[in-house]
Amino acid sequence: MRIAIFNGHIIDPANKLDELAGLYIEDGKIVAIGDAPAGFEPQTLIDAQGKIVCPGFIDLSTRLREPGQTHKATIQSETHAAASAGFTCLCIPPDTRPVIDTPEVLELIKDKAEQCAYKHIYPIAALTQKLAGKELSCMYALKQAGCIAVGHAQAAIQDLLVLRRAMEYAATHDLLLMYCPQESALSNQGCAHEGAMASRYGLSGIPVAAETIALMQCIELIEQTGCRVHFRGLSSGRAVSLIAKAKQSGLAVTADVGMHHLHLCDTDMRPFDSHYHVLPPLRSQQDKEALLAGVQDGIIDAICSDHQPHDVDAKLGAFPETEPGMATIEAVLPLMLRLVEQGNLDLVQGIASLSEFPAKILAINAGHLAIGGIADVCIFDAHEKWQINQQTWQSRGQNTPFWQDAMLGRVCFTIQAGKVIYSQ
Amino acid sequence: MFVDKDLQLNSLGKLKHFLSIQGQEQSLLTEILNTAESFADISAQQVKKFPLLRGKTIVNLFFENSTRTLATFELAATRLSADVLSMNIATSATSKGESLLDTIRNLEAMQVDMFVVRHSLSGAAHFIAQHTAPHISVINAGDGQHEHPTQAMLDMFTIRRAKQQFSGLRIAIVGDILHSRVARSQVHALNILGAEEVRVIAPKTLLPVEVESLGVSVYHDLTAGLKNVDVIIMLRLQKERMNSALLPSESEYFKCFGLSDEKLKIANKDAIVMHPGPINRGVEISSSVADGPQSVILQQVTNGIAVRMAIMSMAMQSNNARAE
Repeated sequence: MRIAIFNGHIIDPANKLDELAGLYIEDGKIVAIGDAPAGFEPQTLIDAQGKIVCPGFIDLSTRLREPGQTHKATIQSETHAAASAGFTCLCIPPDTRPVIDTPEVLELIKDKAEQCAYKHIYPIAALTQKLAGKELSCMYALKQAGCIAVGHAQAAIQDLLVLRRAMEYAATHDLLLMYCPQESALSNQGCAHEGAMASRYGLSGIPVAAETIALMQCIELIEQTGCRVHFRGLSSGRAVSLIAKAKQSGLAVTADVGMHHLHLCDTDMRPFDSHYHVLPPLRSQQDKEALLAGVQDGIIDAICSDHQPHDVDAKLGAFPETEPGMATIEAVLPLMLRLVEQGNLDLVQGIASLSEFPAKILAINAGHLAIGGIADVCIFDAHEKWQINQQTWQSRGQNTPFWQDAMLGRVCFTIQAGKVIYSQ
Repeated sequence: MFVDKDLQLNSLGKLKHFLSIQGQEQSLLTEILNTAESFADISAQQVKKFPLLRGKTIVNLFFENSTRTLATFELAATRLSADVLSMNIATSATSKGESLLDTIRNLEAMQVDMFVVRHSLSGAAHFIAQHTAPHISVINAGDGQHEHPTQAMLDMFTIRRAKQQFSGLRIAIVGDILHSRVARSQVHALNILGAEEVRVIAPKTLLPVEVESLGVSVYHDLTAGLKNVDVIIMLRLQKERMNSALLPSESEYFKCFGLSDEKLKIANKDAIVMHPGPINRGVEISSSVADGPQSVILQQVTNGIAVRMAIMSMAMQSNNARAE
C-alpha cells in the first residue's frame, strides 16, 4: 500500500519538524517527507489541507475489557474507538479476567487484536500472580511472549517485601514497572478526594498521602533495586514535587497523568454523579494546576487516556457503590487542544506528550515520523467542531462526564503501520 | 459540586423531594417549621387524624435498621390518613445499584406516591429521586454520611420552640461529626436559619477534613467549646469506632467529650441539651444530664411526628398541584 499525504502541516516533535510538507508511505514505512520519491505512485491520496499530520498517539493505559468483561466493551469496539481518536499504540493493563499473568492470556489478547486488524497492542503483564500481591508472576516467560512492561493496575501490593522482590526480579529481566501509587490502607475504600467536597457530601475520602506515601516507598525501593519505574496516573501536586525531586537526584523515573485530571477537580463534580467517580480521585483545583505545571515543566512526561469503558449498570447506583473509571480515549485530542487554546500547553508539547514521550517511556521505536520508520500517523483538524453524543462516540462505554459537550478538534485519518485504520 | 436545587423543587418552586438541607432557602425551612406547628397543636388533641393524604400510598424503604425514625414516619403518614407500607430491607455490602433500582421499579409498579428512604450509602436518596417515576416524591430519611434532613428539621423545630428564634444563638454539636449525617444537616439548617455561631467539638479523628468550609468553628476542647452556648447537641458514638483506631476507649471519650453535669454548667444557664438518639448513657452523655431539666431529648421524638407530617404533606401537595 502506497499512501501520499500532501498539503498537510507536519508536526513531529521528536524530529523537530513543524512545516507544510508531504508525507509518503510504502509497505508500512515512511519513505519520504517533503517531496515524493522518484516514481512514487500512490494508491491512496490524502489531501491534508488545513490539517495537522503528526505521529499516531500512544496510550499508556487503555482498558479493552476483553477477556472477561465483554459486557462492558470488547477489543473490537475499543480498538475501533482508539483508531477513531488517533491512537496507534495501546498499552493494556493486566486487570483483565483472567489477569494477564500467563503467556496464554497475553497471546489471546494479541490474537484477538490482530483479528480486529489493530496491530500495536502492548499488554502490561501482572507483577504478581492474579494481581494478588503475593507470588511473583513468570516475568521472563511473559517478556518472551511480548509484554511491554509489568504492572499491577489498581490492585494493592500490601506487602513491601513482595514489592521489593518483584522490583528486583523485574530489574533482573530489565522489565519496566508501571506503578500506580496508592497505599490501600490510607485509601480506606474511599471514593473521592479527601477535602471540603467529600466532607460536605459525606463521601469517604482518599487523602493525598495515600498517593505520596506509596510513591515515596517505591522511590526508595528504586534506589535499592535498580528497577526501571514509570509512575502511572498521578493525581496530586505533592506527587509532582516528589517526582521532580527524584528526577533531580538522578533517578531514571518517569510519570504520566490522566487527561481528565488536567481538566477536572473535585469542585467540578455534579452531586453524586457517578461519571466523576475515578481512581485516583479528582483532587483540588491546586492539585489540577500543579499537575498542569508538571506537564509544562516536563516533570510529568506523558498524558494518558486511562480509558475505562463501563456498562450502564456499573455506573447506576449510589456514588460510593458505582465502579470507578471514565471512558475517555475519544476525548483526549480535543481536551489536549483545549489546553492549548487555554494557553496552558504548547501544541508541539501536547502532541509530544501523546506520542514521542510515551514511546520513550516504553522504549519503542514509535511516536515519531522518521524515514524508514513505521508509518503510524494521525491526521487531525484542530478546528472541527463536534459534539460527544450517540452518533459520534465509538467506545462501548458512554461513561464520560463530557457527554454532550462541544469539542474542538477531530481526527480525520489514522494510519497504523502504513494502513488506514480510520477515516472520518 | 452543588446540590441540584431543581431536583428538590417542582416547576412552581414547591417542595417535591426532600433530599438535603443544603441548597434550601430559608423561606422553605421556615414554612416547614410553621406547618409543623399547626400539626403539633392539633396532634395534642384527642382526634389526631387528618384526611390530607387519604388515598395516597407511602412506602418506607429502609435499607438500614431503624426504630424511632421508621416509627415516627409511620405515625406521621398514618395521621395524614395515607396508606403505609414499611419495608426493612437488609442490605449487604455487595448489593449493587441495579438491585436498588429494581426494588424501586417494582414498588413503582404498585402505584405508590412517595418513598421514604434510608440507605447506608451517601447519595442513595438522590439516586432514587433521579430514577423514580415523575409523580413520586422521595424523602431522605438518612443517606450514608451525607444528610438526614428530617431529623435536622425536627431539631430546628425543637430549638425554635425553646428559644423562639435562631438569630443570636450559639449552638455546639459534640461528638462524631465525621460519620454523622445528622450533624451535616444540622449545620446547614442552622446556618440557613441565621444562627449566630455553629461550633463542632470533637477529637481530630472524628472530624471531616476542612470541616470549617461547612460554616462551623472547630473546638477540640469541650470546656472551651461550651462557653456561652445556648444549645448543646450531643451525637451518638458508635461502638465500632473503638475498633477502627479512631478512639482508645469509651471511658476516655467520656472524660474528654462526654456531657456531665459539671460540663453542662459551663454553657449558658438556660442552655438546652439535645440528642438525636439512641443514647449511650455514660459514653457521650451522663444519665443525670439526659434525664435532667435542661434535656429536650424526648420532645425531639414527639416533634418528629409533626415535622415529618409537615414535610410529607408539603411534598405531596406540590405533586397534586402539578397534577392539576
